[in-house]
Amino acid sequence: MPMNDALHAAGPQAAWIGQLWWFTLWLCVAVFVALMAALAWALWRARRPAGAMPQPAPPSAGAERLARRWVSAAVLLSSLLLMGLLAASVLTDQRLATLSLDGALQIRVTAHQWWWEVEYEDPRPDRVFRTANEIVIPVGRSVVITLLADDVIHSFWVPNLHGKKDMIPGRTATIQLRADRAGTYVGRCAEYCGLQHAFMAYDVVALPADRFAAWQEHQLTPAPEPAGAAARRGHELFLTGSCMLCHAVQGTSANGRRAPDLTHFASRASIGAGQIANTSQALAQWIEDPQKLKPGVNMPAHLLPREDLAALVEYLETLR
Amino acid sequence: MVKRSTRLAVIGATALGLLVGFSGCEREARRFAAAPRPPDARAQAESLSQQQAGPAGPGMREAAAAGGYAEDNAYTLAQGKLYYRWFNCVGCHAQGGGGIGPALMDASWIYGKEPGDVFTTIMDGRPNGMPSFRGRLPEQQAWQLVAYVRSLSGLVSGDAATNRGDTLAGGQPEYLRDPLPPEDKKR
Repeated sequence: MPMNDALHAAGPQAAWIGQLWWFTLWLCVAVFVALMAALAWALWRARRPAGAMPQPAPPSAGAERLARRWVSAAVLLSSLLLMGLLAASVLTDQRLATLSLDGALQIRVTAHQWWWEVEYEDPRPDRVFRTANEIVIPVGRSVVITLLADDVIHSFWVPNLHGKKDMIPGRTATIQLRADRAGTYVGRCAEYCGLQHAFMAYDVVALPADRFAAWQEHQLTPAPEPAGAAARRGHELFLTGSCMLCHAVQGTSANGRRAPDLTHFASRASIGAGQIANTSQALAQWIEDPQKLKPGVNMPAHLLPREDLAALVEYLETLR
Repeated sequence: MVKRSTRLAVIGATALGLLVGFSGCEREARRFAAAPRPPDARAQAESLSQQQAGPAGPGMREAAAAGGYAEDNAYTLAQGKLYYRWFNCVGCHAQGGGGIGPALMDASWIYGKEPGDVFTTIMDGRPNGMPSFRGRLPEQQAWQLVAYVRSLSGLVSGDAATNRGDTLAGGQPEYLRDPLPPEDKKR
């Protein structure tokens, strides 16, 4: 199980940043140890019997010159070390910019209060698709993520893959990364963006190239026609009620863009941007009263008759 | 010994201060949950598909009666402003100035300015183009929209400001605008 932190790099970008982090840490440790040693030495040298008053040393040109030399040397050394840190930082930035972007996958991520819209770009418009709160990427292939914000400032951060990048309304930022190990890496919003900032998570799932291609082809298919009476009833409720005002399901007339695209909703791991696991029971609770699970979320409560709620859940579960 | 009139004045001033202070308490309250409903609400609840255009259903009266509507509340107004943009009210009414549809920031109201009137206009639609949102728009959101629409012409207390706009459109905040005089009877 990979740890979700910056020190367990899963790609070159996080590895470079990790190196800089370790370099800074060890340098600072060395400086601290040297300082403490100098202090201990000074204390040991000036020791005197208990109760004795310190005797001021007679002024001497030699001692003065020696002290001045020591201080100058220490200032020079500190400046050099700080310059070293600066150089390491600049070199790391340079390394981060050298990631080869040949054949890079282009993804556009838009942050909303409080969820993530993910759009896979393609020169062919019929191969563009949208998902939410889950970014699936191929292992070993560079990914260029275009970062946008819909409402307030958010920040994109997957510690295992790269550093943070702010998402500012009206501005476009990009982040380039690559995952070299397959796995699921947790990403979070790293800029306070309102009440549910702490519960605005997403998964970055790195899949081997062949499995990624299969996933991509599957995402491009529209939602299947529901089979069974309950699922059909749920489908009807979805399209005639308020769901489709905000949500989209490809292959139906539901085309809202204000909330997560639900075309392949049932294949995602969580509901409410990492808030709760995606089970049918949790889904029913979420539809009935999302405010209980994520207070402040823009999805309103829907008090439905029991059989209608069950039908709606059954329909949404068919959206694999 | 303090004079009786002085003591009365101090008590009066304190009471007035507390009154003024506490009257602002509700301004920022965020009512996330739907209005409380009776225990058998589920049995009475209309199903989504039955909420099609038609006469006002029981849910409408329920929400209004249960105190679900509070227009002196910043959160209500801000959510209303958000949905005004999301659900494309802007498409016809612009940012309140009107266009295809009538202006909302002036003092003329074709179908009434009371919250219930505006709610009915949104939910049931009106002749000459106003569509019905019944069944599409949950009542809670509709009431938030009502509050925001009323705030456009200064019918809502200025204390409860809509806190921000998510678009680049500038201009004065809604609560600072003077209501415009009613237009001549052109429409």
